[in-house]
Amino acid sequence: MMLIPCPWCGPRNETEFHYGGQAGVAYPRDPQALSDAEWAQFLFFRDNPKGVFAERWMHRSGCRRWFDLRRDTATNEILGAGAHEEQERTVSV
Amino acid sequence: MTADLYGASPLAVRADALAASSSPSTVRIAEVPFRAQVTLRVDPRGAAAERIGAALGAALPGPGGVARTERVAVLGLGPDEWLLVGPEGAAQGLQDTLTAALDRAFGAVVDVSAHRTIVQVSGPKAREVLNKGCALDLHPRVFASDRCAQTDVARTSAILMRHDVVEPGFWVFVRASFARYLADWLIDAAAEYGG
Repeated sequence: MMLIPCPWCGPRNETEFHYGGQAGVAYPRDPQALSDAEWAQFLFFRDNPKGVFAERWMHRSGCRRWFDLRRDTATNEILGAGAHEEQERTVSV
Repeated sequence: MTADLYGASPLAVRADALAASSSPSTVRIAEVPFRAQVTLRVDPRGAAAERIGAALGAALPGPGGVARTERVAVLGLGPDEWLLVGPEGAAQGLQDTLTAALDRAFGAVVDVSAHRTIVQVSGPKAREVLNKGCALDLHPRVFASDRCAQTDVARTSAILMRHDVVEPGFWVFVRASFARYLADWLIDAAAEYGG
């Protein structure tokens, strides 16, 4: 069981969270201009590193906020969620 | 001919079973029905949040915090979300107070009284019973009277708040449709403490 540090609720069991895949995948600036191959690249292709990976997680059973987390995919070592200030962009009011 | 209106709390059908599984010296379980519950969403850094804090008589707490006034407990559920819990029948008054203090700022005030019911688990063994299905450290040193938490209790979503009156206890806010499941689970968890 991983203990995931939610930036708002503190460390919680991984069963309280929902996984959201790779972090930092930017929406294309002009989607209309993309070829089918480029659009497929944006939709379906993600990094799959063995090692440190920046991921999206959502605290489903808690505050229900999305946040970024860096995790080592080989060891499950968690290298820290951002501080509250870094998560500001994920706060939607 | 019209039907008479009546209200039955989600755990009315379990009241006897909960009483039978309670023991004064170890753990007592009972429903706290019909509390007024109002959800508030607003930017915590804005002027509206300050106006609401002033109108309530208590500043809005951060995530996981609880602020109390004479009538109302304010639970911080997230960075911009709060749950206000008041006595039965207070929902409309709370909504009016909050809506007036919000004063057309961007936010939301919603009566969610029917969404959850409250199960009070109290007594010297209350913490042991809840920790059978909840991984949080509920020791008063960590989870004091000014703390609340949204988490999983027996695999169902719940809000936990410490509610000590004479003896240590907790309020477990659970969705109405999951209340009977949680009540049955609590009865089973409390069985070893001799109800």
